[in-house]
Amino acid sequence: MKRFFILVLLIGLAVGGCTDAQNRTTGVYMLLDTSGTYALELKKAQSIVNYLLGTLQPKDTLAVACIDTGSFSEKDIVAKMTFDQRPSVANNQKRAFQKTVGDFVAKVKSSSYTDISGGILQAIEYLNEAGAGQKYILIFSDLKEELAKGHVRDVPFQLSDFNVIALNVTKLRQDIRDPGNYLDRVEQWRSKVESGKGKWQVVNDLERIDTIFDR
Amino acid sequence: MKFTELLLPVAPNPILLAALLLAAMYLARKPFHRAVLAFSLVINNALRLSAASVRQAENKLVERNREVLMAEGLENAERLVEREFERINATVVRDLKGYPALQRQMADVVTKLEEDHARSVEVPPNLPNWINIIESIATIKHDGDSMVGKMLSEIDRNLREQNRTAIESFRSSSGKRQVLLNRMLPLWRRVQKTLDDIGRSISDLTDRAKSIDRYMDDYQEIRARTDKAARKLSSSSMTQFFIAGLVLLIAIGGAVINFNLIALPMSEMVGGGSFIGPYRTSDVAGLVIILIEISMGLYLMESLRITRLFPVIGSMDDKMRMRMIWITLALLTVLAGVESALAFMRDRIASDMEALRQTLAGVEQTVQAGSKIPTIGQMVMGFILPFALTFVAIPLESFISSARTVLGTMAAGLLRIIAFLLRLSGNIVYYTGKLVAALYDLIIFPPLWLEGVVTERPFKIRQAFEQISKARQHGKAAKDIEKHEDRFEILESTE
Repeated sequence: MKRFFILVLLIGLAVGGCTDAQNRTTGVYMLLDTSGTYALELKKAQSIVNYLLGTLQPKDTLAVACIDTGSFSEKDIVAKMTFDQRPSVANNQKRAFQKTVGDFVAKVKSSSYTDISGGILQAIEYLNEAGAGQKYILIFSDLKEELAKGHVRDVPFQLSDFNVIALNVTKLRQDIRDPGNYLDRVEQWRSKVESGKGKWQVVNDLERIDTIFDR
Repeated sequence: MKFTELLLPVAPNPILLAALLLAAMYLARKPFHRAVLAFSLVINNALRLSAASVRQAENKLVERNREVLMAEGLENAERLVEREFERINATVVRDLKGYPALQRQMADVVTKLEEDHARSVEVPPNLPNWINIIESIATIKHDGDSMVGKMLSEIDRNLREQNRTAIESFRSSSGKRQVLLNRMLPLWRRVQKTLDDIGRSISDLTDRAKSIDRYMDDYQEIRARTDKAARKLSSSSMTQFFIAGLVLLIAIGGAVINFNLIALPMSEMVGGGSFIGPYRTSDVAGLVIILIEISMGLYLMESLRITRLFPVIGSMDDKMRMRMIWITLALLTVLAGVESALAFMRDRIASDMEALRQTLAGVEQTVQAGSKIPTIGQMVMGFILPFALTFVAIPLESFISSARTVLGTMAAGLLRIIAFLLRLSGNIVYYTGKLVAALYDLIIFPPLWLEGVVTERPFKIRQAFEQISKARQHGKAAKDIEKHEDRFEILESTE
């Protein structure tokens, strides 16, 4: 009997030793710019959300939030979900998520200001709380930040272990006249992200969106 | 004065330096030769010793392989003989157990046959002898005497009556005999059949006895450890190794298909987001189920005494073994049922995922074909594969048992190659030492040549003079003597 217990203990230790402590879940927070004419681009954002829903696995987290005048707020989160570990339940959750985003895109109203920094701060907070292993912040925007009077966004980002990916960074009218504006804007965000120890990436061709995840 | 100072005045002159170097090398020739040859000999001997040791190990391994081969051969032969005896026992128990009853039955049948035969030969009594007399009287012609005529006609009538009665009686008794003979026919057939059965049993026993004789011959050959038996067993072992390996590969293919059937639905049970090491828990769980099924199959085969991987199970008493058979079979059936259910669930999940994928891609959902054949097919496969995997135990046992001898043979071959390489290296080192010594001599050939001239010329002159004397003593041809004399003169003149 004693030998049996020792054997069980050894097996338990072996199994425990094999159990991977590494967190393999993925958390994605997608920011949708709803300011001005960019709101018209949201159909593309919807297809990106669909792609994410098809790619993410059980126990992964996905949240979609809009960028408006004051984005550092839970109210701007359109839909958020940590998928159940059972595939059948996760599939139903994905269907519900898709419907919520679809409804939002259909009814969205463009905002006057673009608070991208507030959205990123909200994303950092949410993904840290979700405890995802790999964290991605997708910014679907032209990266032109316009803050309302009185909004202060000079807080440095804490982006270690974060991947920040700018999607569909469209060229504005003044960018076409002077490409330097566009390059400066992108560079400014890159330095801001990298100074917060995050990884920066720009994907303008949405056909190559499947390259954003490491796995 | 230092050595360098001694050399200093001559150092600028390369010829003198070379001459000095040659002289030094000439003086160091013998120690150098000894050192080089000793070094090469040391290495050669070490390598030869190693080769001998490896060769010895190879011989031991070959001997051990032979022992293993013979032991396995003996065990197999014993198993075969044992199985034949079991079959004979079964035949004897089945056919000859009922022999007393059969004998009694045969005796009964034979008695009945005898009785019937005896009854069938009974003939009706003949008409009395006086019938002929009466017949003669009845046929006497009368000449109208009514009394006599009446009497005679009465006699004639009686006679005819009796004749008719006798014929009827005869017909009746013939009919009875016919019936008796007809009744004997099935009895004869039964006797024939019984005798045929006995004949077949005896013939079967004879065949078995011949097989046993053959196996016993093999057994005796193995016991005698003849080379023929060793060759036969080795060849059989190789064949078994490759065939069992092939069947195991097929079984692995089956296990992989089985795994793919249950891995996805397992994520529904144990969760799709957890990992053990780098592997998904659902995949590991699926693999564990398959391994458990294979283990159950092994136990079942052991309990049925088809394989002998676990002697503990094989040596259990029959009651316990039967329990084990039923338990393992029940567990296998349960696992097969679980797999079948998982296969069904897999089909559902796959359909759901496909539907979701179509929704997300914005494609209009295609109407699913109503056929249930794929689902049923998967379920049947999920149910059958665990039982099919049970039979892995048989090739596994063959593979393990043959692998012992095959790997032993391969190891012996490897040792032989190592021994050869060691010997080759030893020889290469030895002859390299000799080559170095020869090259050394080649470098210092001027002093060596001088040495030869100084030490060997007088010896050769003496040798030539002796050859002339010998030629003269033995009375050899003048031509030979002249040849020796010429050589002597040449040598003397150069001297």
